[in-house]
Amino acid sequence: MTKPLVVFKNVQKLFGDFVAVKAINLEIHEGEFLAIMGPSGCGKTTTLRMLAGLEEPSTGKIYMNDQVMNKVKPHERDTPLVWQSLALFPFLTVIENVEFGLKMRGIDKSERKRRALEWLEKLDIIDFSERDISTLSGGQKQRVALARSLVLEPKILLLDEPLSALDAHLVIRMQAVLVQLQRELGITFVYVTHSQSEAFAMADRVVIMGNGEISQVGTPKDIYRSPQNKFVAEFVGRNNILSGTVFSLTNLGAHIETASGTFSVNLKTNKLVKGQKASFVISADLVHLSRSNPEAQNSVHCKLISEEFVGSMVTLFLEDNSNQEFKVQMQERELSKFDLKPDSDIWLSWSAQSAHLLDVS
Amino acid sequence: MNSNRILNIVLAAYVGVIFTFIFAPILFSVIFSFNSQRFPTIPLGNFSTEWYVKILNDPDIWQAALNSLIVSSSTAVIATILGFCTAYSDFRYNFRFKGPYLALILLPPTIPLIIMALAMLAWLSKLGMSGQLWSIVFAHSVLTAPFAMAIIRLRLNQMDPDLESASWNLGGSEWATMRYVIIPFCKPAIISGLCLAAAVSFDEFAISWFVSGLNKTLPVVILEIVQGNIDPQVNAIGTFVFLISMSLVILAQIFFVYRQMKSTNT
Repeated sequence: MTKPLVVFKNVQKLFGDFVAVKAINLEIHEGEFLAIMGPSGCGKTTTLRMLAGLEEPSTGKIYMNDQVMNKVKPHERDTPLVWQSLALFPFLTVIENVEFGLKMRGIDKSERKRRALEWLEKLDIIDFSERDISTLSGGQKQRVALARSLVLEPKILLLDEPLSALDAHLVIRMQAVLVQLQRELGITFVYVTHSQSEAFAMADRVVIMGNGEISQVGTPKDIYRSPQNKFVAEFVGRNNILSGTVFSLTNLGAHIETASGTFSVNLKTNKLVKGQKASFVISADLVHLSRSNPEAQNSVHCKLISEEFVGSMVTLFLEDNSNQEFKVQMQERELSKFDLKPDSDIWLSWSAQSAHLLDVS
Repeated sequence: MNSNRILNIVLAAYVGVIFTFIFAPILFSVIFSFNSQRFPTIPLGNFSTEWYVKILNDPDIWQAALNSLIVSSSTAVIATILGFCTAYSDFRYNFRFKGPYLALILLPPTIPLIIMALAMLAWLSKLGMSGQLWSIVFAHSVLTAPFAMAIIRLRLNQMDPDLESASWNLGGSEWATMRYVIIPFCKPAIISGLCLAAAVSFDEFAISWFVSGLNKTLPVVILEIVQGNIDPQVNAIGTFVFLISMSLVILAQIFFVYRQMKSTNT
């Protein structure tokens, strides 16, 4: 692993009495694509703004290249930000916008122009260089905002929900552009978003934040398959969360008694004691569905509540007789084999390996 | 359908009447300024530029016009700087008593001019500052700064607050951001503010008359002529003053409204 470029050490941010960020610790590595994801108001944007120097931490320290950054003014940092509102200068043309940062750094006119044109070319907007910002489309503005930041050749680029204003098909296109840029340039991207699909599609590592705290840091796959706690499991969605008490322990795993029945769960590193409260999750795509009782260890009898059809994937929402909600995700063509009707008997089952224990919180 | 048409006609007539009441006196003043007869009566005499020739040859009037020009342009610059600073402080900072602060700044235009003029005279003469040309500039700046501030504040309210942070983020210091972002963004409003402050100052009579001493501006000269006798020169001067003020106000409108339209198109 490369050495950390940025380190957050016990960084806390208060706005009056409101704690926006609660003593977080985080390392951001050189050349990684890091996504900070969480619901609105979780402190993710405040974290990013502290990194850009637009907010000063109330306590704790932020290091960049081993230097404490707390008191460094925003204009003395090299942390360009791509804004959610884009914040392009409306009174300047496209190329003047891209040149702005170079001008502030006192780079002479011809050099400024040369570098700006190079980036306009790279981002495929060179034809618009003399145009007014107001005449551009959303996707083109997005590229101007990227060019304006990247022309400064920073070590780290901050992005604050930059794709939230774009149409869905443009989001996919821009995601590809961003990932490719990050690979090519080899610089660190810190990408703040509330969108799981954006974070999972692009990031090397994902930080999940909730209520000003970091809930989990890991690769998208880690977060998806092994959520550490209930907050992450719920936020990631498409998870079946079951809670109960530890009924018995074996050296392989545990049996957990819930309102829906007793289920076996494999133990990894979790330490459990008998009688303790415990929760576990099963990803919706790891649940098997059958029309007759599978007589398996982990199974429940359910009835269908509703289904959600997204392209080739279908999510079924079901309930057992204790009103526990279950979700099952599968291919549409697979589902059609079952010939489900609203009052059909359905059994769900999963293997003990698929059940993932959450940390007790 | 039919009643709609009647309503339209009534409304059009209403607007017509209002415009007639506002502009007819001015129009007559312009017409009589080209009339050869001494008294403003109908039927008119011949077309004549006699009164214009007369004022052009009157050094007192030249002096007054020059005074008016100096006063209104200096006032415009000072009032706009004051107005800009106030509007920016409102945009950028939150502080206690901000409400009263803004209310106080907007107060001067609501004070009856004659009261303000008397107060200014009393105050400036106590300080030994009355009777100068810049006494008028001082008093007019107080009077017109709120206009400039209101226009600039309106413009700043349209600004995405991220623009300022974006400039810092790209390496612009606070001063560079002021110069390359805030002022360019406010430019149309600043020009409108300059024009409007100049127009108000150029027209203003009461304060000028009280604090000017021997330095007369055009409105003061007009009053003095009218007090003495009936002289169509007044019409000629009036036409000139009207043209200048109107042009300034129209310019202010063009800069502000045009920009507005442009930015709402985005």
